[in-house]
Order: sequence, then C-alpha cells, then structure tokens
Amino acid sequence: MRFLALAQRNFKEMFLDYLSLGLAMGLPIALLLILSPISKVEVMFSPANLAPGITLFAFVMLQFSSSMILAKDRDSALLSRLLTAPLKPKDFISAYSLPYIPVAIIQTALIFGIAALLGLETSGNLGLVFLVLFIMSLGYIGLGMVAGSRLTYKQVPYAYTAVLLLTIFGGAWFDLEVFGSGFQSVMNLLPFAHALDATRDVMVQGAGFSDVAVDFYWVMGYTIVFFALGIFLFRRKMVE
Amino acid sequence: MSNTTSDNRIAIQTSNISRNFGDFIAVNGIDLSINKGELFALLGPNGAGKTTTIKMLCCLLRPTSGTATIMGHDTLKDPIAVKQIIDLSPQETAIAEHLNAWENLSLMGRIHGFGKDEVKKRSEELLEMMGLRSRAKEQVRKYSGGMKRRLSIAMALVSDPQVLFLDEPTLGLDPQSRRSTWEHITELKGKKTIVLTTHYLEEADSLADRIAIIDEGNIIALGTPGELKDSISDMQVMVVKAKSLTNDAIEGLRKIYPEIKEVDGGIEIKAKELNFNEIVDYLRSKEVVIESTSQKQVTLDDVFLHLTGKELRE
Repeated sequence: MRFLALAQRNFKEMFLDYLSLGLAMGLPIALLLILSPISKVEVMFSPANLAPGITLFAFVMLQFSSSMILAKDRDSALLSRLLTAPLKPKDFISAYSLPYIPVAIIQTALIFGIAALLGLETSGNLGLVFLVLFIMSLGYIGLGMVAGSRLTYKQVPYAYTAVLLLTIFGGAWFDLEVFGSGFQSVMNLLPFAHALDATRDVMVQGAGFSDVAVDFYWVMGYTIVFFALGIFLFRRKMVE
Repeated sequence: MSNTTSDNRIAIQTSNISRNFGDFIAVNGIDLSINKGELFALLGPNGAGKTTTIKMLCCLLRPTSGTATIMGHDTLKDPIAVKQIIDLSPQETAIAEHLNAWENLSLMGRIHGFGKDEVKKRSEELLEMMGLRSRAKEQVRKYSGGMKRRLSIAMALVSDPQVLFLDEPTLGLDPQSRRSTWEHITELKGKKTIVLTTHYLEEADSLADRIAIIDEGNIIALGTPGELKDSISDMQVMVVKAKSLTNDAIEGLRKIYPEIKEVDGGIEIKAKELNFNEIVDYLRSKEVVIESTSQKQVTLDDVFLHLTGKELRE
C-alpha cells in the first residue's frame, strides 16, 4: 500500500487549495438554489430531476481538479522523482484518484440534503441512486486521470470545458428530446445521459435495478474504460 | 529477475546505449562500467547527453538501442527491481512545496516501502546531516535555493539506495551553498555508488573518483581526474594578461597556436611546445600592452578544450 503515502500528499495538496475545494462544494449548491424556483413552471427543474444533474455538474469540478494536480506534477520535477520509486502505473492513478472520492461523497450528500430541504421526493430506492452517482463520480475522476496523464496543466481547462458541455448537453437540466433523436443518440453513446436517466427513473418513476440495469452498466463500463485508459496513458508517460 | 552482470564489483553497466529524439541523437552508443562504491561524474556542457543518460539508467527513458543494468538488473526488463535500489535527485528542485521537510522525507521513504518508525529515524539523521533540522517543520516553499537542494538530496537518500543519481546537484547555487553541498556529497563517498552529472569542472575534479567527459552524446574521455589531466600533461599552458588585446592579434596568434582561450583580462595559449618569446614579440608587434605572463597547471577545462576544440562553458 505504498501508494497511500502519495495519496496522503495529494489529499493535503487538494485540501490546501481551499478556494477550488470551496467552489466545488459551493457552486453546485448555489446553482441548485438558483434553478429550483423554476420548478413551479417547468417540471425538469423539480428537485428530483435537478439534483442528479447538479451532482454531475459538481463531479465535473472533480474531474478538473484531479487532472490539474496530476498534470501539474507531471510538468514539475517532482513526478520524475516519484517515478523512480517502485510504484506501478495503477498505484499512481490510485494515489491521484483516492483523495477525490470523499469529496464526491460529501458533494452528493450536500446536494441531496439541500434538495431534500427544497422538497425532494423520491418514489424509488435512494441507495440505488447514490450507487449510480458514486460510480459516475469515479468515472469523472477517471476522466481526470486521462486528461492529467495526457495533457499539460495549461491544456486541462479545455478538457474540463468539453466535459462540462457534454454533461450539460447530456441532459443535466433539460430533456434531451428537445434536441431531436439524432442528438439524443449521440449523447446516449456517452455515460452522462445514462447516469441521469437511471437516477431520475429511480427517483421519479420508482424504477428498480432491473429497470435501469442497462444505464447502470453503461456508466460502470465507461468508468472502467476511463481508469484503464488513464493507467495506459500514465504508463506511456512513465517511460518515454 | 535478470542478473546479467557477471562481475559483482560492478554496480552499473551500459552496453552501446543510445537515445534519439527524432533525428537528434542525444546519447550515442555509450559503454560505461561503474564500480560499487564509486563516485562517478558525467562531465559535459548543457545538452551533452548527461541527463538523458541518467534518465535511461533510472528507467525514465527507454533507450533507442543498447542495454543497461543496475546491480545486475536490466533497466528495461526489470524496472521495478532497479527502482528498489536506486534513487534520483533530479536537476530541477523536486520537492512538494506545500509540505514541510519531515513530510517530504516521509513521502519518499514510505513510497519506497519503509515503515513510519524507520522513516522517522532516517529523516532525523538526514535532516541533521543536511543542516535542516531547525527548520524541518516549515513549509519548504519558504526555504532558500540551497536548502531546497539539500532537502532534494536528502529525499533521494531516505530510501537508503544502493545507487544514487545526482543530476546537477549544485546547479544555480551560490558558491557557499555549493561548497556545503559538496561536503555532504563527500560524506557519502564510498558508502554508496553515486553517479553525478555536472558541468562544473571543480565539482567533478574535487568529488569524483572517475570522470567521463561527455559531448554531443559521446563519451570522449574517461579516467580519474589525475589521469585525464595527465593525458595532456605534455601540453604547456601560458597565460598572458594584457591590455588592448584585439581580435586581429588573437586570430594571428591562433594561426601558430590553434588552442587559444580568451579569459578575463587576457588569453590562455596551450600547445605541446610554447615559445614564450615568440608569443610576447608577436603581441608587441600588434601593439598589445602585456601586463604579465605565467605558466598554468592543466585543468579539466583544458582537457575538454583539447578534446573538443571548445570550452566546457560554451
């Protein structure tokens, strides 16, 4: 468990950047509070529909933050030193991912806590909702590892913007059907729309696991692919 | 696990190791054999291939061709085994700026698999040795350049490596910090195999057991500092301090003595046979006012100039 020493350092590095951390916690909540009054005229903005989209929006910040810390270390001599330690690529990716998992859990808890205060009602199993969101949070962190392993820290914001747009256009706070079937098909190739569909179906329609299994496996599959790709790209950077 | 080095006195062996970046040949077929406990210096100007060589030995760069073994472990086939027994202090100061010295040392010790107690004990010794104990609890971003460099070396030692790579350990330091770092490196001599890269002649001369002079990716000379200087001991070096030295005068003299180096306030002329009177008469004929002339001991810079036709600091 040598990677835990590096994870501990990365946790501290993340924690010291309290402004980013505060924004990652505070911005989604602010957005939730700003958008929720629209639910009186548009059902898409009801707490049950809005909370999953806002949570994914919060996870995009994790993707940004995790990729930044990795890319910054890659650009500095510190990573050269760390790479001479007997750690494998998966150890590095674990060490850079691990600190963001508790943040994702706290973000989800905060957003759903506030949503509950705003009148969130659910017909299905919230545990299943949290499971899907947890796996999706890992997916975003995995995407952060892909970006951090491949891009310089100056390029990372572009990847962040792209993922943010894909998340929003994946249906974070509007119905994908308004864009037509072509656009919907493209967005359904990505995991974000599946995570949103699954969580909303559970909360709004009371769907069970078997009803959202396809969406669940899309999310799970992408998360695995993102981490595998992150490890692959990091391995290539280890010995150039 | 590979164990291809048959001679167990040898710590590092490279065989025709090369590295290209596109069409540029950074390292061109280097053969090295470094003994256990030896302090070996790679001396050369910037861009000579020193860091590329170190990176290949530290498993950070894949050789384009050739092989390298560290304590018998092949750097390509068994990098994890190599990484268990080496450590590197990179050219740039490689520290976690937001951590304090204790935490930096702990990070390096623990990722090498040492327990907390062992790391603490080693860290105490190293902080003492490097003179950082009194400020060990401060964030290292507040340290001076010299302190950061000493911490960087300490971080490479906390895992108690058998082979230590120091890439330009005193680059950018003031003379006092440089001397202090040399003293710390001298303390390690004989205890570990150390490979040091430098473009400071004095550093290689005073620290190294053996020196490989590297230029444009090739090892152009190899030996102890004494051997290298002896290799041109049949050469004479004359220093002329003079006012109003013109390019015309220097170029004219260069036709007779090709190895002329401009130094502060004068020139150094090197040749197997120097005719002092001829030089003085020639310069006077060019209306150069000579302040003094003297004969100088051969330095490694003279060796480099002799071998490459250029100065090390160019």
